[in-house]
Amino acid sequence: MGVKKRKALDSGEALLSPLPVNEVDAVALYRRMQLIRLFEEEAAKGFTRTRIAGYFHTCTGEEASVVGIISALREDDYLVTSYRDHGHALARGLPPREVMAELYGRRTGSSHGKGGSMHIFDAKRHFMGGSGIVGGGIPMGAGIGFALKYQDSDSICACFFGDGAVNEGTFHEALNMAGLWKLPVLFVCENNLYGMGTHVSRANAVPEMTERAAGYGMERFKVDGMDLFEVRAAADELVGRVRRERRPIFLESLTYRFSGHGAHDSGKYRSAEEVEQWKKRDPLILAEDTLRRLHLLDDAGVEAACAEAKAAVDDAARFAEQSPMPDPKELYTNVYA
Amino acid sequence: MPELTYKDAIRQALLEEMEADPAVFMMGEDIGKYQGTFMITAGFLEKFGDRRVVDTPISESGFVGIAFGAALMGLRPVVELMTINFSMVAMDQIVNHAAKWRYMSDGQFTVPMVIRGPGGPVSQLAAQHSHSLESWFAHSPGLKVVMPATPSDAKGLLRTAIRDDNPVIFIEHGRLYNTRGEVPEGDYDCPIGKAAIRRPGRDLTIVAYSSLVPVALNAAKTLAKEGIEAEVVDLRTISPLDIDTVIQSVRKTNRAVVCQEEWKFIGVAAEVASQIYEKAFDDLDAPVERVGAADVPLPYARNLETLAIPNDQSIIDAAHRAIRGIKKSAGPGIRVA
Repeated sequence: MGVKKRKALDSGEALLSPLPVNEVDAVALYRRMQLIRLFEEEAAKGFTRTRIAGYFHTCTGEEASVVGIISALREDDYLVTSYRDHGHALARGLPPREVMAELYGRRTGSSHGKGGSMHIFDAKRHFMGGSGIVGGGIPMGAGIGFALKYQDSDSICACFFGDGAVNEGTFHEALNMAGLWKLPVLFVCENNLYGMGTHVSRANAVPEMTERAAGYGMERFKVDGMDLFEVRAAADELVGRVRRERRPIFLESLTYRFSGHGAHDSGKYRSAEEVEQWKKRDPLILAEDTLRRLHLLDDAGVEAACAEAKAAVDDAARFAEQSPMPDPKELYTNVYA
Repeated sequence: MPELTYKDAIRQALLEEMEADPAVFMMGEDIGKYQGTFMITAGFLEKFGDRRVVDTPISESGFVGIAFGAALMGLRPVVELMTINFSMVAMDQIVNHAAKWRYMSDGQFTVPMVIRGPGGPVSQLAAQHSHSLESWFAHSPGLKVVMPATPSDAKGLLRTAIRDDNPVIFIEHGRLYNTRGEVPEGDYDCPIGKAAIRRPGRDLTIVAYSSLVPVALNAAKTLAKEGIEAEVVDLRTISPLDIDTVIQSVRKTNRAVVCQEEWKFIGVAAEVASQIYEKAFDDLDAPVERVGAADVPLPYARNLETLAIPNDQSIIDAAHRAIRGIKKSAGPGIRVA
């Protein structure tokens, strides 16, 4: 069992069938990332205008990791995420209108306004939730895997969490049981190097993240989370293996968030230079480069993708703004079945 | 009607529900190969196999969360906690996850899980192993809390709990496990959320639940010799609380003693007493008396443990205060030698 790192494409290198997906899908995935990028920017404006309140965590910079993995899942697979879940929801196909309306706390939101940013849900799309508790959803993800095994299903569960979560007890307990009972779960650690303001080197006794998974008997892999097609290729392989082999696999996706941890973040814990370095590997730029070199995208294509995403996002914001608040009587509904 | 022990009544409920519904499965420490710490699940592993009777590692937070994830998928887990004390390490999964998923998603998810185990002091188990915790769970919207006092209720309420589509905390009692009582055969109506009059009376209402029901009945016998006819109300369910049955009784007797085995400060009795004041103030001829455990971590020494936990005399003293205004007591219903 080794740690594999897929080689990133060097610029200028001849490209022979480098894409893990067909050409149409490749551009569609790029467009999906654009949608998420613009959605998060618009939502941040919404937060400033106090349409959105409370805790608010965007995935700007992490789009390739999100889209690359989620696009490899089947409709009948399941997803669990952390509270940084807007991008995951959009990648999974939740309409931007529903996600924005939920952020705005309106009746038309995915949870009819009762969940908010950290608690986006969509049962029919098997989007089982954002948990606001770091590591809180990991046992849930293992439990979904448990049920899939119990039900003899060939679906899998993709369970996302951040680098901070790997130090919560729930991570250890859930991965141990998943490894012990061979549950069909792809555990995805979205390592953006910071658990809020604490760099992983100040949180982990052992720097190598994937070593944790070794302790629980599962194969472990790393991928460059800024490269959409690298991520997708890795996800295709690993999702397929979890599905076929019916046992858990751990994937560390190395990524970076360009924004703060949440809405109010001084950013004092990392240097402007570091952020700028990572921005040079902006997933949108990397994907765009690849697509341009393959002649699947040109200036007009990029403009069209941006315009389309902007239109969808503006529509979502307008929709949210015009949507009604929940009815007061909804306060007491759905506490119990 | 056949007579069963409380423990065997629980066993029967589990057997019958496991047989009736393939979605029901059990999870817990040493419930399978060890045959169960209290032998409640003896033979279950052999009968149902390890897919449905799952021996877990010692990971309460993890396996309660796994059960929660499985419940989201339509399975009906019955999680055994060796004692309710160990629910504390799983509290986030219970209160922040199982109890909230339906509400935060506004009804997209159902969480049909039961968490069961013995609570309360037994005999010199010392401070960490003697908690009740019902008020902690009952405080949380989204959970139901059931505490049977009789074998008939142990079986009937557990079956109802397993069939309930909500997360139910089913708190048994170690001191009741070997008590005997009549248990109807087959299916019988045993609703969650309905209290029962165990002994009719006209002079005083004694509200109790779980292990204090037989204690209250004993106290009532002694009080009867003094000419005080106490009506004993067994709550059976803490949440949802059947306050109507309590109020009806207080309207008749005009006096109330509310008993709990958990710490007196901020317990179930405080809630019941408050609701009696809110709903039946004009019917009261005396303040509501509360009986609860001493507000200390439970000591090990036999004499100190006995002093700390409510007993017959605690209830009799409280009854005297309610009936005659006798202000004899060194503290919260505790007999001092």
